[in-house]
Amino acid sequence: MRITQGTFSFLPDLTDEQIKKQVQYCIDKGWAVNLEFTDDPHPRNTYWEMWGVPMFDTKDASAVMLEFRECRKVYGGRHYIRLSAFDASHGCESVKLSIIVDRPKNEPGFRLQRQESVGRNVSYTTHAYATDRTEGERYRN
Amino acid sequence: MADCEKNGAARSAIASEDVDLRAEFAATGLGSILEQLDRDLVGLAPVKQRIREIAALLLVDRVRKRMALSAEAPTLHMSFTGNPGTGKTTVALRMAELLHKLGYVRRGHLVSVTRDDLVGQYIGHTAPKTKEILKKAMGGVLFIDEAYYLHRQENERDYGQEAIEILLQVMENQREDLVVILAGYTARMETFFRSNPGFRSRVAHHIDFPDFSDDELFRIAEMMLAKQNYRLSSCAADALRAYITERMRQPLFANARSIRNALDRARLRQANRHMAADRMVTVADLMTIDAPDILASRVLRRNGSAGPATH
Repeated sequence: MRITQGTFSFLPDLTDEQIKKQVQYCIDKGWAVNLEFTDDPHPRNTYWEMWGVPMFDTKDASAVMLEFRECRKVYGGRHYIRLSAFDASHGCESVKLSIIVDRPKNEPGFRLQRQESVGRNVSYTTHAYATDRTEGERYRN
Repeated sequence: MADCEKNGAARSAIASEDVDLRAEFAATGLGSILEQLDRDLVGLAPVKQRIREIAALLLVDRVRKRMALSAEAPTLHMSFTGNPGTGKTTVALRMAELLHKLGYVRRGHLVSVTRDDLVGQYIGHTAPKTKEILKKAMGGVLFIDEAYYLHRQENERDYGQEAIEILLQVMENQREDLVVILAGYTARMETFFRSNPGFRSRVAHHIDFPDFSDDELFRIAEMMLAKQNYRLSSCAADALRAYITERMRQPLFANARSIRNALDRARLRQANRHMAADRMVTVADLMTIDAPDILASRVLRRNGSAGPATH
């Protein structure tokens, strides 16, 4: 099941050229671009691991692409990699754009768990099949 | 093969179409930069000549690229060598602007660094530091002043080597993203290139900055003063000419920088002269540097004697 989080996630994956253009758009707007990765696809997993610090003073998208390629070398194909742009003009960093730029080859999806409790109440839990395995091993074939 | 055919087709398609290089030149706005270069920089004829040559090459290359005649991004890394005060940094700034106008760097900013900004203090500190600077400079020009300090011959475990390796890699692999300009004094840069052959082969343009003649130095002095709304009285002009001739003969002469320092001291003396005179001063007085302000210099007082003079 394809994870759909952030911008453009219902479209086919962006090519590197398209990603670069998005990054340049963010930089031109004065936003800081950041790279994060995770192998826990749960939608409530908000804070992903950071790949270095956000790039505050880059002027050109090629610098971000350099880091992205480095990150993909390590985690590509077995983690989700997300690119997010922060706007600090409000006085606090707020996310303006977030794109999943790399994803595991196989995305097993989620199991819906129903828990029957008192009366006829049912509480639901989504459980990612990937998280049955330990961290770092989840998308390894 | 398919590529060949495509190129061939493109070539025949535009074969009939002539290109007006003059119009091409005008469209880039290069003329104004080169003119400004001529106007603002006194002397440096060989440097200006080289810059014109590079600009012409890049312009032609751009047209060729449009016609699908060349595909490779040209190597644009440069080395500026010359004595202190010959205008290396000033020209580097202009170069960034020029490359931007030609479309060879996307942003056209200049990031000026020295060894301190690239090399770390302990193991594992250098690579992130160098990369940070490289990322900052991407899309523009990275100017490394006194580049030879990166390489410490006497210490083979110096972290400078690590910075050099990262630099070389980026210079080779990301030619379209970043232009590196190495600058420094001629003799020491020569040693640096000899001990790092990788750099020499990756640097396409070696530009040597000649020393200024005394006439050029005088014109530089006049321009510096005009910029600060000062002018020389005619006796002061003669005194300054004498000063320049004398100063050039002395050790630790740093071309335009020495002249700037001399003028700063002349301004200081001028201010003191007016304070001591204890009378009303006119605007003309405040604008004029007079002969005594220059003649008081130690360079002229110790006429003929050896030894470095700093005042």
